[in-house]
Amino acid sequence: MTTLLILSEQAPSRYWQELQKEKDEAKDAGAGEGNKEPTTEEAEESNTPKQKKRKFKEKRDQNQDKKCISGKSDPFPGKARIPEDRLQKFKRKEKIKKPPHQHYKLRTMIARSEEASEMAQKQAARFDLLLPEEAGFLEGDEGEDTCLVSQEDIANAVDITSGAKHFHLKLSQFGPYRIDYSKTGRHLLIGGRKGHVACIDWQSKHLMCEINVMESVNDIKWLHSESMYAVAQKKWLYVYDSNGIELHCIRKFNDVLRMQFLPYHFLLATASSTSFLQYLDVSVGKEVVAINTKTGRLDVMCQNPQNAIIHLGHPNGTVTLWSPNQKEALVKMLCHQGAVRSLAVEKNGTYMVTSGMDKKLKVYDIRAFKPLKSYFLPAGASCLSLSQRGLLSAATGDIVQVYRDVWSTPVTKPYMAHRVRGTVWGLHFCPFEDVLGVGHQDGFTSMLVPGAGEPNFDALDANPFRSAKQRQEWEVKALLEKIQPELISLDPTELGHVDRATFEQKHEDRVKALGFDPLAKVKFIPKFKKKGRSSAGHVEKRKKQVAHEDQRVSDPEQEI
Amino acid sequence: MKVKVLSRNPDDYVRETKLDIQRVPRNYDPTLHPFEVAREYTRALNATKLERVFAKPFLASLDGHRDGVNCLAKHTRSLSTLLSGSCDGEVKVWNLSKRECVRTLQAHEGFVRGMVVRFCGTSFFTIGDDKTIKQWKMETPGYGEEEEPLHTILGKTVFTGLDHHQKEGVFATCGQQVDIWDEQRSSPIRSFTWGVDSFSSVSFNPVETDLLGSCASDRSIVLYDMRESAPLKKVIMTMRSNTLCWNPMEAYYFTCANEDYNLYTYDMRYLEKPLVVHMDHVSAVLDVDYSPTGQEFVSASFDKTIRIFPKDAGHSREVYHTKRMQHVICIKWSADSKYILSGSDEMNIRLWKANAAEKLGVLAPREREAANYSQKLKEKFQNHPQIRRIARHRHLPKSIYHQTKELRVMKDARRRKEMNVRKHSKPGAVPVVSEKEKHVVTVVK
Repeated sequence: MTTLLILSEQAPSRYWQELQKEKDEAKDAGAGEGNKEPTTEEAEESNTPKQKKRKFKEKRDQNQDKKCISGKSDPFPGKARIPEDRLQKFKRKEKIKKPPHQHYKLRTMIARSEEASEMAQKQAARFDLLLPEEAGFLEGDEGEDTCLVSQEDIANAVDITSGAKHFHLKLSQFGPYRIDYSKTGRHLLIGGRKGHVACIDWQSKHLMCEINVMESVNDIKWLHSESMYAVAQKKWLYVYDSNGIELHCIRKFNDVLRMQFLPYHFLLATASSTSFLQYLDVSVGKEVVAINTKTGRLDVMCQNPQNAIIHLGHPNGTVTLWSPNQKEALVKMLCHQGAVRSLAVEKNGTYMVTSGMDKKLKVYDIRAFKPLKSYFLPAGASCLSLSQRGLLSAATGDIVQVYRDVWSTPVTKPYMAHRVRGTVWGLHFCPFEDVLGVGHQDGFTSMLVPGAGEPNFDALDANPFRSAKQRQEWEVKALLEKIQPELISLDPTELGHVDRATFEQKHEDRVKALGFDPLAKVKFIPKFKKKGRSSAGHVEKRKKQVAHEDQRVSDPEQEI
Repeated sequence: MKVKVLSRNPDDYVRETKLDIQRVPRNYDPTLHPFEVAREYTRALNATKLERVFAKPFLASLDGHRDGVNCLAKHTRSLSTLLSGSCDGEVKVWNLSKRECVRTLQAHEGFVRGMVVRFCGTSFFTIGDDKTIKQWKMETPGYGEEEEPLHTILGKTVFTGLDHHQKEGVFATCGQQVDIWDEQRSSPIRSFTWGVDSFSSVSFNPVETDLLGSCASDRSIVLYDMRESAPLKKVIMTMRSNTLCWNPMEAYYFTCANEDYNLYTYDMRYLEKPLVVHMDHVSAVLDVDYSPTGQEFVSASFDKTIRIFPKDAGHSREVYHTKRMQHVICIKWSADSKYILSGSDEMNIRLWKANAAEKLGVLAPREREAANYSQKLKEKFQNHPQIRRIARHRHLPKSIYHQTKELRVMKDARRRKEMNVRKHSKPGAVPVVSEKEKHVVTVVK
């Protein structure tokens, strides 16, 4: 008879003691086969689900710092870290408070959608690393001021193609020129006061069309692509083809002084000298709405690219905001003590820059409608333009000055300056290029402004290198996605908000129809218990417990 | 001075040859893509409208029967085979991909009451009005051979329903009582009775394979465990159920098709009140079948329509009807969850798409991506009023449209009367009974 003496160590009384043992064994195992032994032992011992879960996590962590054949281990284990500011750039909304436990379906839906949104945010932030181009810059040497650097110096210092982007078009005969760049930045439209209109592919200097409309031209604007443009002539609004053929003469739009094109709504907004703001749907060809602003001659106009709201500047110093859904102004802001001379809104829709006859340049936060900064200019800026990367160009007389970062740091001197031959009549940064176009009395000048353009474009949105076929496909898709003018409002995300008012109304109707409130909580009636457990004191205690639980649930829930 | 001006090399942005695809550099910066919500909403609206444009669910009609189709049976192994039994005792085997009848046999004199294919797929069972159970071979008999059943069992009473076990060689029939038969024996191994004289259908649970449910003529549904000797429990409702179908994904849930124009989904464990009451039909519901995903089921009704319900919704998501389709007697959801087969009174079996706007066949990867994107957009914006209005819109035959309105008026009138009675009586004298509780009379263990 043999007695088997089982010399085993005492079974661990807590689960973490077991895991500690495994960790030690894993460390001792050595290079290459460190994971085999603990895993077999794990398989024998695990029985509770909690233990299994922890062991699975341990195994996964161990596999991650597996040693390779060379014996080295990964110095940066785990997934690549994403910098916080890049992640913030792609964040859309804060996490919302989860509904109480009884709405379990809604809870799971919200949790799942937030998980998916977080994953999308991380993927987009990771993709940012793959963007091909980097923005331009101009840095002076020690003691050198960037505003003293001339255009010729810059053109000589950069490569030939970039140098060719600085050119003059001497057209002194037909008056000061208004200019417009198309959305892709490839095509330039210039319109002289005395009737000369030309459209050019400015990078290859290919002239697409050149006509003289034999009337005074107040403003010109590209429509959705480089195939059509609108000219606001002396009496009416004309639409021309890129070959110079007159397509439409729209008599309903008379005495138009300024125009703005809303690209995602296919709307052309026009401001007239008879104080009418009219919207034209260029895809259908119908006038959407004609608003009588009753504020006099409308000469200053700009759009907010984020929410498609039109900003108008008035001779009494006010700036008004308009949408096609309301006959009155959405917002009226008193900005200057004299007339407002020019307006510009940044592409993120956060800041608005205004310049007035009181020789001031003011910066406002458009989201909160608060003034941020106020600068004094020796002569008021007649034209303003904001680039995609936040550079502000201001033109006074025949001098064009470019300022950098007007809204955060107080600006003392311009980033760049240039003098053109003749008073400036139109100022426009070219999208996706480091170029500023200036239309003046003597024609057109293209200035080099390093750091102005957005380096990386999205080809599905605006592709400067698109072929004709790609343009056609893009046009069809853009027309299908055309946003209806009813959706234009100060907050562009309004559609994504929960409509509480309608829910309340519907709930009221339902209660009236049913006779009782289906969502009302049933009053808690404690069950009758025997053996003295239903005495008054005990019943009160049970009622208090339930009331306390309800109060806990109704308080704002903490994230688990 | 240090200067860099943006200059792009066109070679990096334009394709090299005409045979390449175009280059599409992307930048996901949200500031380059304004109006996200409004554009997605417009896309969702377009997707919903296109779904209605492409909603053409009817695929084919299989005709050949000379009397109304009484029952259908899915082949357990082959997706393209369907068996149907008609009211004159004929059984036809169909090839769905060629949409033609492969085999016909005269199974019974009188109605073919029930049919089921054995789990292995090599044989099938039929029961008929001539009180017989016959087992047939699945393969067509060779040239010159007669159509003979493998096995015939003569019973004492008429059988009305039949179902086969998922894994073992056991099947159940119902008639005057529920019998469990072994394939090798010619008398039942167990019989369950509970004081009812006739049962209309019996069904095995596909997940918990030893459980059965049956619908009895005393307006009740009785649940059995094959291993026990007595029935488990029964729930008595206000009106009789015609058929019963178990959810193939959830072990406890079953749906019954009732005579009071509704379908009820019950949890087997808590029969006091149904989980969901599915209301949308305007006449008695005759048959119900679950999709293999367990997320939806389809119901056939005496009111000449087929409705598809999500498993947890009170109303249908889709309704199919045709001028030529009369009372739909039996319905099946194909095993790849793509097609619905309906057998109706006018001797036709119709093949429908489960998702009316779905493009069938192999999709190119970009097509599939676009379809998935549209589907996700529709789900995201499904509660917006304009989109909901378009997505819900269905054309109904005039009779059904008027009947639905009439039923709603009747229901409103009843509710108003109850409200008035409650208003004018002592508070608490007329208790509020929820819609779910209204239809269950009692549960008996």
